[in-house]
Amino acid sequence: MPDENKGPEAVSPEQGAKPPAEPTASKPDATVAKPAVPAAASAAKPPDAGKPAAAKPAAPAKPAGPVPEPWDSELVSNLKRQYGSGIKEASTYVGQSYLVVDNAIVYEVLRRMRDDEQYDYCVDITAAHWPKREQQFDIIYILYSFQHNDRVRIKTQTGEGQHLQSAVNIWPTANWLEREVFDMFGIVFDGHPDLKRILLPDGWQGHPLRKDYNILQQDTEWVKINLGIESGQ
Amino acid sequence: MSNGNYNRPDLLDLDTKQETFLDTTEMVLNMGPQHPSTHGVLRVILKLDGEKVLGTECIIGYLHRGVEKIAENRTYAMFNPYVDRMDYVAAVSNGLGYCEAVEKLLAVEAPARAQYIRVIMTELCRIASHQVWLGTHALDIGALTPVFYAFRDREEILKIFEKYCGARLTTHAFRIGGCIYEIYDGFEQDVKNFCQKFLPKLDEYEELLTTNRIWVARTKGVGVLSAEDCIALGVTGPVLRASGVEWDLRKKQPYEAYSKFQFDIPTGLNGDTYDRYLVRIQEMRQAVRILLQAVESIPAGPIMAKVPKVIKPAPGEVYHSIEAPKGELGYYIVSDGSTQPYRVRVRPPSFVNLQALDKMVRGMLVADVVAVIGTLDIVLGEVDR
Repeated sequence: MPDENKGPEAVSPEQGAKPPAEPTASKPDATVAKPAVPAAASAAKPPDAGKPAAAKPAAPAKPAGPVPEPWDSELVSNLKRQYGSGIKEASTYVGQSYLVVDNAIVYEVLRRMRDDEQYDYCVDITAAHWPKREQQFDIIYILYSFQHNDRVRIKTQTGEGQHLQSAVNIWPTANWLEREVFDMFGIVFDGHPDLKRILLPDGWQGHPLRKDYNILQQDTEWVKINLGIESGQ
Repeated sequence: MSNGNYNRPDLLDLDTKQETFLDTTEMVLNMGPQHPSTHGVLRVILKLDGEKVLGTECIIGYLHRGVEKIAENRTYAMFNPYVDRMDYVAAVSNGLGYCEAVEKLLAVEAPARAQYIRVIMTELCRIASHQVWLGTHALDIGALTPVFYAFRDREEILKIFEKYCGARLTTHAFRIGGCIYEIYDGFEQDVKNFCQKFLPKLDEYEELLTTNRIWVARTKGVGVLSAEDCIALGVTGPVLRASGVEWDLRKKQPYEAYSKFQFDIPTGLNGDTYDRYLVRIQEMRQAVRILLQAVESIPAGPIMAKVPKVIKPAPGEVYHSIEAPKGELGYYIVSDGSTQPYRVRVRPPSFVNLQALDKMVRGMLVADVVAVIGTLDIVLGEVDR
């Protein structure tokens, strides 16, 4: 019901629906967003009657946002049967499925995904840093199956100093992808044939995509060594 | 020996030099980073036995700008122009992938009219990207004319881009939720004119190369990659299709309005440089086909979906990929509910495809390395990000 009430309201004054989002926004964002919006609003206004109605349900629903739903499939139940509590979560979010597995079995799960479930194409390997968590890093493997035309993400968590087993034996493409994860996050993959930095120079200090990485620190150090002064800023 | 070195005995001492050269079975040669055929700043260390390549190692990162880190300090809308700077010969595709990924995160869909405009712009961009590839690739191999033809015809596309959004190269044509610019008067006619003029030009390119004996000798059987190798190495795009895998995200997981258009996925048989050439030429023809269909039927309506002023997606993550001219271009975006993305990962096709270089050139000649780098169609801005 509340959703339906909000709909007609938002039709006439465009801005009417928006203020709820604004107070929380920091100032620079609001100013940046401004120039873009008037044009967008005027473009969207004339045919208010028909099309926007389709987009409307999404807008009021936003505060709550889409929620991950449990993902049930043959694949998941097979994996759960075999690995039990090693499969921590199986969910679907905005139509995309992912599994969260324990880092001890991630290699086995990946191998199984390729050998038995035909997820033969490793699209990407990447990571995200959550410094406040005990297990600071999410490692995300994005897999695709040509046979099923389906994409699945396998996620695992790992802590500082913990090693993961390299997936190069499963997919040769993991070679550079894991090197990039090592370069940017400092996560070590055991069994990788050539684990070294890929995008940054060999002598680089730190791992830039970690949230606590400080570019100024690097800069100050370089200036100190090379120019003999305290700070270049 | 009348080369003026007679008073420099050290330079005339060819005997000993030749001896050491012949003794050496392996030689390490640096190619790049400042080498015209590496299409930017790519350094390849070649291990050679005479002319034969024993192994390669790519050194990349010269153009690393930390795009993924920049994203964490920008709002969603502010990061949009940055993605154009990755694959700068196909900036429109980059922007499309990013906008769609954020739209997915917001659970918003661009209106039908915007989708058509996006398809037209992206397909024009695909042709432009393939033209740059064709020109430079042919130039690397020694055919001088195609580069002039290709860039001459690409100019027409860039003019349409300029008229549409004011920029030629890094266009920033789309916004999250749709398009910001309405098409200009005569846009449809411009695109149609381009298509009509371009098809005979494409025949011209083919006349120059397809049956050219030198071209065939330099490309047939060079840099062969089997379908299995492609999949194991994660190679996508025309390279994968030239190896016989009929896989195109526009068909397999249609985005935008692609499901409404008739087009074929060209594939090759042998997975060599020649087949990749044919596949890309055919792709340009298919792009024209899509363009002609799309431009005839642009629906009326808004061009922007309802997107909040301040884009704050709910906490969550999304991976979305599109068929860029070079392969699967994916964006993995994590939102923590704030106005800035928590993490943006770009899955660049060039980066992953470049990894196949070693497999493709082993046992071939040095001259083939140049051909293979060209046929992979890499853009270093995207490899290094």
